[in-house]
Amino acid sequence: MTPILQIRDLQVSYYTDLGRAVALNRVNLDLNAGEKLGLVGESGSGKSTMALAMMRMIKPPGRIESGSVTVGGVDLMTLNEEEMRDARLSRIAYIPQGAMNSLNPVMRIGAQMVDAVRAHTTNMSKDDVVELCKKSLESVDLKRNVYEMYAHELSGGMKQRVCIAIGILLKPQLIIADEPTSALDVVTQRQVMETIDRVQKEMGTAVILIGHDMGLMAQFVDKVAVMYAGRLTEVSTVKDMFSTPKHPYAQALISSLPNLKNKGVFQGIPGLAPSLLRIPSGCAFHPRCPQCMDICKSEIPAVRTVDGDRLVACHLYSEGA
Amino acid sequence: MAKLLEFRNVTKTYTRGLFSEAGTTALADFSMSLEEDKPTIMTVAGESGSGKTTLAMLLLGFIEPSKGEILYKGKNISRLRGADRLTFRREVQAVFQDPFAVFNPFYTVDHLLTVPIEKFKLAKSKAEARNKMEESLTAVGLRPEDILGRFPHQLSGGQRQRINVARALLLKPKVLVADEPVSMVDASLRANILESLRSLHRDHGVSIVYITHDLTTAYHVANSIVVLYKGGVMEGGDVERVIQKPEHPYTRLLIDSIPWPDLSRRWGNDGIVVKESDISDKGGKGCRFAARCPYVKEQCHTALPPLYKISEQQVASCILHDSHPVLPAAQLTDVLPV
Repeated sequence: MTPILQIRDLQVSYYTDLGRAVALNRVNLDLNAGEKLGLVGESGSGKSTMALAMMRMIKPPGRIESGSVTVGGVDLMTLNEEEMRDARLSRIAYIPQGAMNSLNPVMRIGAQMVDAVRAHTTNMSKDDVVELCKKSLESVDLKRNVYEMYAHELSGGMKQRVCIAIGILLKPQLIIADEPTSALDVVTQRQVMETIDRVQKEMGTAVILIGHDMGLMAQFVDKVAVMYAGRLTEVSTVKDMFSTPKHPYAQALISSLPNLKNKGVFQGIPGLAPSLLRIPSGCAFHPRCPQCMDICKSEIPAVRTVDGDRLVACHLYSEGA
Repeated sequence: MAKLLEFRNVTKTYTRGLFSEAGTTALADFSMSLEEDKPTIMTVAGESGSGKTTLAMLLLGFIEPSKGEILYKGKNISRLRGADRLTFRREVQAVFQDPFAVFNPFYTVDHLLTVPIEKFKLAKSKAEARNKMEESLTAVGLRPEDILGRFPHQLSGGQRQRINVARALLLKPKVLVADEPVSMVDASLRANILESLRSLHRDHGVSIVYITHDLTTAYHVANSIVVLYKGGVMEGGDVERVIQKPEHPYTRLLIDSIPWPDLSRRWGNDGIVVKESDISDKGGKGCRFAARCPYVKEQCHTALPPLYKISEQQVASCILHDSHPVLPAAQLTDVLPV
């Protein structure tokens, strides 16, 4: 089976007054249809840059320097602007962070949805477009009359689900959701995630969920990719990631999770995430790594396949164990 | 035993203009107290719109209760004047949710620390002020030389939030109100901030009112918990008991909705239908949770259930527990361990 999404050697840099910051460094990633991938990492690790690069929405001073993003056999990097505009939403949909604040307060929800459809198709009748929008609202558990409403009449969770409804209007092959629930409380968060889950199953779409909440990842995704300073450090199935994390950074992430067993024990990750302008030499994680070796300070570890299907970038596993 | 802070049957209603009948009760008949000589960490938990932040605002004296009174060292805080008011302002401190919004981008972060030192005349000389600042920054695990003289945009969210804790520490408060202090911080930094809060309690004897919707961190930080829903107390008591063995259906829903980082504990094993609270639902006379409750009975819609005392350290406002004795709302503090 060919993966629905293939990212090859994707590199993005931001050119700031203080120098060049490599936000995404030669990233390779595959995703099959119907698979759910979680992309985790600290703030500034390049998660959102990766999403924006896939949408080709990186703005200056940022620049996509190399690489390809192939969705359903089409390399998005080779499309012209007009074709790319058409691909957004119909091939690849993006639900940005705080999407619920992106709704226009003076336009009815329905009008905003119709806009999105009309930007891609001109040969549908008016009734069909309205019906498509209302069906989409229903599929995210909203009433049909939300179509007539304004954003201020909806709660945070409902607005977030309107954004999901817009995202799935044209049945894209890939949905990227960037922290879709970061501003919502636990009950609403659960409902929004269950909505995405159900819609994803019905349509067989691939989903990339970006976030830093490992708990949410455990509940939702099939595969987890851990990012650190613009590189992927480990990609594993969610089961492997939680039972036997390989990369020391992934191990630290997992053990920093609160649980109900040992009350009052906090285990943070010592040190701070590096600035992208001053990425440490060798493995970027080495100053914070408890298992740091000499080689880590000088050589960047390559991504290797470990234990069958797991990808790890760490010198600890360099013998190909 | 002297009471440091006391809520006496506090109700806060937000009204819409002079002529509108409809008001929203953000906090209803809430009573609790903190002892002066027994510092504790109390969690107030609930979803958006449950009245958590209203409680914080009332406690800090930013808004006045519609009914009831809030006493600090025996004096009504809305009538404090002069030196008393200044003492209250110094001894009751806050850490807010958004570490980005509290800094003025035009000043270095020193500003946040020097202003309270000047205002409350904590230091006699510049050197002493500097010493105090360095001391409090060190106490929250920051290196003063990395922090002082920097601008807010040069620091991470976690660092900024810890500066806020340091500022509170500087004033040697008696009570700290922490309103969702970690919800906007990376998961890996949460532990550090929570640890700073706990050492504030342990080493400096500060009582902390920890407001959150995140019950996992509440469990690790707090001694006692009060679960609010639409302004009413749903459940309260010892944090371990309430979280390990929740008795109110709403608390169960909250706990079951936590995304546990545990593959064997998936969402949806409890059978409670997840439904958002309907904004238009005014609640009427009965139980506030009746519209969402899976165990709802006829009488839930007609009468507000009192607090039933399930054990020495747990109460729940639910008729499923009506075989237990009733605890008057004003005595809620009795079941909260310190």
